[in-house]
Amino acid sequence: MLREHFHEKANSTSRRGFLKSTMLVSGGLVVAFCLPAGVRRAFAQETKFAVIPPNAFVQIAPDNSVTILLKHSEMGQGVWTSLPMVLAEELDCDWSRVRAEHAPAAPAYAHTAFGMQMTGGSTSTWESFDQLRQAGAMARVLLIQAAAAKWNKPATDCRSENGFVVCGEQKISYGELADAAARLPTPGDVKLKDAKDFRLIGKPTRRLDSAAKVSGKAEFGIDVKRPDMLVAVVARAPVFGATLKSFDAAKAKAVPGVVDVVQVPSGVAVLAKHFWAAKQGREALVLDWNPGPGAALSTETLRTDYRKLAQTAGAVAKTAGDVDAALKGAKVIEAEYEVPFLAHAPMEPLNCTVEIGKDGCDIYTGTQFQTMDQKTAAAILGLKPQQVRIHTTFLGGGFGRRATPTSDFVAEAVQVAKASGKTVKVVWTREDDIHGGYYRPMWVSRLRASLGKDGKPSCWAHTIVGQSIIEGTPFAPMMLKDGVDATSVEGAADAPYLGGIAAHRVDLHSPQSPIPVLWWRSVGHSHTGFVVESFVDELAHAAKKDPLEYRRALLPADSRERRALDLAAAKFGWGKPLPKGHAAGLAVHASFGSYVAQIAEVSVDAKSKAIKVHRVVCAIDCGPVVNPLTVEAQMQSGIVYGLSAALHSEITFKDGKVQQNNFNDYPVLRLNEMPNVEVHIVPTTDKMGGVGEPGVPPIAPAVANAVFAASGQRLRQLPLRIA
Amino acid sequence: MKLDVNGRQYDVDVPADMPLLWVLRDVVGLTGTKFGCGMMQCGACTVHVDGAAMRSCMTPASALAGKKITTIEGLSADASHAVQRAWVETDVVQCGYCQSGQVMAAAALLAQKPMPTDADIDAAMNGNLCRCGTYQRIRAAVHRAAELLVADNDAEAGHVA
Repeated sequence: MLREHFHEKANSTSRRGFLKSTMLVSGGLVVAFCLPAGVRRAFAQETKFAVIPPNAFVQIAPDNSVTILLKHSEMGQGVWTSLPMVLAEELDCDWSRVRAEHAPAAPAYAHTAFGMQMTGGSTSTWESFDQLRQAGAMARVLLIQAAAAKWNKPATDCRSENGFVVCGEQKISYGELADAAARLPTPGDVKLKDAKDFRLIGKPTRRLDSAAKVSGKAEFGIDVKRPDMLVAVVARAPVFGATLKSFDAAKAKAVPGVVDVVQVPSGVAVLAKHFWAAKQGREALVLDWNPGPGAALSTETLRTDYRKLAQTAGAVAKTAGDVDAALKGAKVIEAEYEVPFLAHAPMEPLNCTVEIGKDGCDIYTGTQFQTMDQKTAAAILGLKPQQVRIHTTFLGGGFGRRATPTSDFVAEAVQVAKASGKTVKVVWTREDDIHGGYYRPMWVSRLRASLGKDGKPSCWAHTIVGQSIIEGTPFAPMMLKDGVDATSVEGAADAPYLGGIAAHRVDLHSPQSPIPVLWWRSVGHSHTGFVVESFVDELAHAAKKDPLEYRRALLPADSRERRALDLAAAKFGWGKPLPKGHAAGLAVHASFGSYVAQIAEVSVDAKSKAIKVHRVVCAIDCGPVVNPLTVEAQMQSGIVYGLSAALHSEITFKDGKVQQNNFNDYPVLRLNEMPNVEVHIVPTTDKMGGVGEPGVPPIAPAVANAVFAASGQRLRQLPLRIA
Repeated sequence: MKLDVNGRQYDVDVPADMPLLWVLRDVVGLTGTKFGCGMMQCGACTVHVDGAAMRSCMTPASALAGKKITTIEGLSADASHAVQRAWVETDVVQCGYCQSGQVMAAAALLAQKPMPTDADIDAAMNGNLCRCGTYQRIRAAVHRAAELLVADNDAEAGHVA
């Protein structure tokens, strides 16, 4: 029955890579279909430490409930609903009986493009779309076959109907058929539905996690409780790279409720019966740090260094024609842009619970990086990866912070558990989060361009300066080539305008520093979107052209950027009169396979100099849509996240120390600042892209361009501040 | 010290300065109330004390003896409060972490102002941060909850009559 030629890589989506299995669980026989090869292998290898149940994506219980296992982490982006929709579409089950669960960490749940279990890069839906459809379709075929056998009818006379198999007047539920279906041989090829027959995919569908999340019942990592668990907070280095010389824990241990104090590689952990005691204990620690070279860090110095570097040529990411010759003697338009370090600041502070047992280790946390965490924890504990069981909870926001190649917050919790011998939940305070690094890097961009007689750019030179996220991580072989970190220049080296500019060059300097940097929702696009779309606006102004018409003239007529831009402009009513004091700015940016145009309507208060964003019209072309409600939510979400960065947030350094602490001095957008956001989706069957991140990049330039239109001030630094 | 949480009496042995938030989460075992900032900046820890919204992260539990504390778990047994129904209907939540606080803040607002304007909502909900950016749907859901409350009250009045 088992096919011998399974693809060896866990990222195979081969239809041959499925088999079926059954599993006895408490509460009845749960039938599981469509077991990919990876699961079978993992299960076979893990005799003693079966970290996975013998199923991959779907279980049908006798009560007709359908459980869909998610290899991706729900962190707000809506996979808890949209991925089950994809599978249920082909399974043809009763949507009201569908529930979701996070899958355990296992090779079967590897990302089909990245080869590891992870959630990021706005990839979840497109990367698993075919895989989940096939899993659902195969299960449906088996259920029909089981019914046909039961009725002694040809399978071709039977059909599925919303959780039942129907044949003439006869009807039987999936739950009743599941057991028999699981015993049937795996079908070979299965036919997938035509898109025109979809009844779930494309239909606005409410979330499956709402009830739990409005009643306090949803379990986040920070809510985990294990037997005899202690809560720990860790005193970490006051500046990046500092090392601990010595510490005195006597006063900390005297705090009522404190149970233990242990040293770990990242600092000193105080373990207590509850968070409050642990935090009080930490405050009572006496710590002596050797600050190291990180103590000299300051934003001012970095700014000077970066701007100096920007005057020189860096590693070339993209080039065409002779840029230097084109710039020589031409009237050059030049501008420097800067964006700061940023913390992700998810609402749920980082946390991780570790329970080390005789036969392995259980980790309970909200993570985007299961495979990395599993490997890292195993290495610390001297275990095999499969002996580390990752229990993914809901994530109280991720935005990239819960996807660390170093598994920092998981590794630290494992170290605390190992050093103390206790089951422990390590909880970060908000200050720990703001001070803790893994920031979006600070970036400086220097742009130069000259215009032809038609006003279009004839030369474009863009030098980018900022730390590499990829350098030193396992992603380097794939994403760092010839000194260019692809994530540093994404959105700039592939800017849609470059194709029409005879001489262009995008180059990069990647200075190093002790500050840990990381992908922050939309990664490189979070700076390149701002820079490129602001500078194009400057060129339009220099050419005395309307910003919309200027872009339309530069973008290929059949480009998806232009399609999104045209839709946004039409819905906004670009060019029509606005209320007095209001002005509009626009931007269009492609990222993660989707194309987003946004038009912001703003006003600037003459006295307070406050920027008020009244309205944002957003158009997205993300290819085929699974759940329009999710796309709308993610556009709103990206706009809010991007507005926080555009208007408020920055991380700065002085004497090596982060100058911000909490939401009082690291402000983010509040409800009273929320503009009215309209989201329009381009109807298309073009390639599917992501939606989690692409809403972020265009908002800062759209607002900056609107501020220019409103005030005449060209703001080239985030957060935007009127002079 | 004695605490009245969701109509139940708890006798807890905690330091006098321990904020209610941590008593609820780590001692009583009600984890629906969330920790976001610890300094009344984000509203994730919002509960009701004698019906009014209060940040539990900086309020010592010892200050609340004799007062009625309601947490998200006590707002309704089955997510049936008008605010909760409106939230589900409007598809507000994303990551969901801040939503206990949002729901509690909205319920307190509606108890005071049954038909709030956008300005009322802005003023009352401004202290509740959401990094996922659910603000627009929150505004819509508060208005929807106001309608549902009217309908609930009408139904109740009809029932009594």
